[in-house]
Amino acid sequence: MAAVRTSSEIGFNRVAIVAILVVTLIFLAPIYWIASTAFKPRNLATTIPPTVVFQPEISPFVKLFTKRSQLRSPPTPEEYAAAPWWERVVFDGGEKIVRDGKGQVQWSGYPSRFLNSLIIAITSTVLAVGMGTFTAYGFSRFKVKGEADLLFFILSTRMLPPVVVAIPMFLMYRAVGLNDSHIGLIILYTAFNLSFSVWLMKGFMDEIPKEYEEAALVDGYTRMEAFFKIVLPEAATGIAATAVFCFITAWNEYAFALIMTNRRAQTAPPFIPSQVGSGLPDWTVIAAGTFLFLLPVAIFTFLLRNHLLRGMSFGAIRK
Amino acid sequence: MATTMITTLDRSSRAAARGLSDISIRNLFIIPTVLFLIVFNIFPLIYSLGYSFTDFRASTNAPANFVGLQNYRDLLNDPYVWSNFAITAKYVIISVAGQLLVGFGVAMLLNRDIPLKGLLTTLLLLPMMLSMAVVGLFWKLLYDPSFGIINYALGLGTFEWLSDPKMALYAVALTDIWMWSPFVMLLSLAGLSAVPKHLYEAAAIDRAGPFYTFFRITLPLVAPILMIAVIFRTMEAFKTFDLAYILTSQPTTELISIRLYKMAFQEWQTGRSCALAYIVLIMVLAITNIYVKYLNKVKER
Repeated sequence: MAAVRTSSEIGFNRVAIVAILVVTLIFLAPIYWIASTAFKPRNLATTIPPTVVFQPEISPFVKLFTKRSQLRSPPTPEEYAAAPWWERVVFDGGEKIVRDGKGQVQWSGYPSRFLNSLIIAITSTVLAVGMGTFTAYGFSRFKVKGEADLLFFILSTRMLPPVVVAIPMFLMYRAVGLNDSHIGLIILYTAFNLSFSVWLMKGFMDEIPKEYEEAALVDGYTRMEAFFKIVLPEAATGIAATAVFCFITAWNEYAFALIMTNRRAQTAPPFIPSQVGSGLPDWTVIAAGTFLFLLPVAIFTFLLRNHLLRGMSFGAIRK
Repeated sequence: MATTMITTLDRSSRAAARGLSDISIRNLFIIPTVLFLIVFNIFPLIYSLGYSFTDFRASTNAPANFVGLQNYRDLLNDPYVWSNFAITAKYVIISVAGQLLVGFGVAMLLNRDIPLKGLLTTLLLLPMMLSMAVVGLFWKLLYDPSFGIINYALGLGTFEWLSDPKMALYAVALTDIWMWSPFVMLLSLAGLSAVPKHLYEAAAIDRAGPFYTFFRITLPLVAPILMIAVIFRTMEAFKTFDLAYILTSQPTTELISIRLYKMAFQEWQTGRSCALAYIVLIMVLAITNIYVKYLNKVKER
C-alpha cells in the first residue's frame, strides 16, 4: 500500500463504510419485513405507518398449519377456557380451527407441500451429486474424445428455459402417468442439477493432485479403490458444497413444479402464491409460510459463504 | 470373449487385482450421465420438434395434422409475439443494467478494509439465494399502493407500482435488481481483489487522479469478469418467468416465457407453442455459446 494515506482518502473510507451499511440495510429490509410480518397479529400487518414495534405472536404459524373458518359467533367462555393455547390464538383472530367429525384438527395444505419440497429436493440432490461426482472424476482424470463439446452439451441442458423443456415433458409424463408425481419432479430436478454438479465437481476434482491416486495405485489399490478411498474423502468439501447448491436450486424451483404438479406432489413454491386468492389475503400467514420456507436457504447460505463465488459461476471463478 | 477371459483369470493374478481398466471406468462414470441427459433433455426436445410442425392441441383427442412450417410462419408474422420479444428485450436491458450498476457500485464500496466485511458480504448475498417465486410474492405487499412500505419509505403516497401498465415492468425489474445485484457484486469483488496492488501504487506515484485510476486500471482489469456476469444475467433475465408471472398480470409485462406458458398450458396450442419454444431455444443456445466461450477464455488466464 502507498505509505501515506491522505486525510481525504480516510474521509472517503468513512463515507464508504456508512454507505455500505445503508446499502446492506436496504437490501435486508424486504427479508426483515417477511420475518417480522410472520410474527405480527393480523391487524398490524397492513398499517400505515408500518408497525415496527409490536408484541410478537405465534398465531400466524398456527394458522399456517391448520384449516380455519370464520367464527359466526364468539366462542362461549367455557369453550374458550377448554381450548388449548393454539386454538385460543385462532379464536382471538376471529376464526376457528376446522375439525372433522371425530374432533380431529384439519391440517392446511402447507405441511404436505413442505414435506413434498423436502422429499423432492433431497432425493434429486443425492442423485445429481452422486452421478455428477463420478462423471466429474471421469472428465477430470481421463482423456475424453470431444471433451469440450461434451461439457458444453452438458451445460447447455441446464441453460434451457424451463417452460421450453416443460412442454414436451408434460406430454410425455401424461402419456406414462408421471404428472403430479414425486418421481416425475425428482427426475426433472436431477436432470437440471446434474449438469451443474458435473461442472462444479470437475473443478473440485481438478484440484485434487493426481499423485495421491497414483501413489495408491502403486501400493496395489485398484482404480476403483483409489477413487473411493482416496479421492472421495479429499473431495468431501466440494461434494457438500455442490449438494447444498443443488438442494437450494431444487428447493426454490417454480416453473416445472407449477406445470407438472397440482396436488399430490406439489411443492411449496407454487403452493404459497396460490394462497393469495382474490380478496384481502392474510399476509401474516403468507409471511409465516415464506419465513419457514426461506429459513433453510438462509442457513445454508451462511454455511456456503466461502463457496458462493465458485458455485454461482459454475466453478469457473475461484478465490 | 473378453469377459470370459477376465472371469477365468486367477483372482490373485495381477491383472485381476488391478480391477477394471481405466477406459472402462471412464465409460462407466461418464456414459450414464450423458445418457440420462439425452433421455430427459434431448429426447423431449426432439419430441417437441416433431409437434412444432403440427396443429396438435393437448387438450383434445383430435389427432395432430402435419402443417409444415405454418406455425413458424404464423409466429414470425404475429405482431403480438414480436411485442413479447420487445418487452423481454426491454426488461433484460433495464434489469441487467441496473444489476451491473448497483452490483459493481456496491463491490467498489466493499473493496476496502471494513470491520465485519465477511458478514456484510454474506448478508448482501442473501437475496439471490432465495426463491424468486416466494420472495417475489412478498414484494406484492411491499409494492402495495396503500400499505406497502416502499411507498411509505419513499413518501410516494398511493403510487401504483404494479397496477399501472407503464410502471409494472419497471417494478418487476426493480425486484430482479434487488435479487441479482448481489451476483454481480460477488463476481466484481473477485475481479477487484485480483487487481495487482502495485498498479495502484504506481498510479499513486505518478499522481494519477481517481478517475484516471478507475478507467485505466480498475475497469479494464475487472471487465472480463464483469462480462461474464453480464452474459450470465442476460441469459437468465431472458428466461425470466416466475417473478413477472407472480407479481403482475399486465399485458405490458408479458415476457416471452409467460407468452409461451400461456400458449402451451392455458390456450393449449401445443403445436404452435412447441414452435415458439424452438425459436426461444435457439436464442438461448446462442447466448449460452457466447457465455461458455467467454468462460473458457477467462479460465485460461
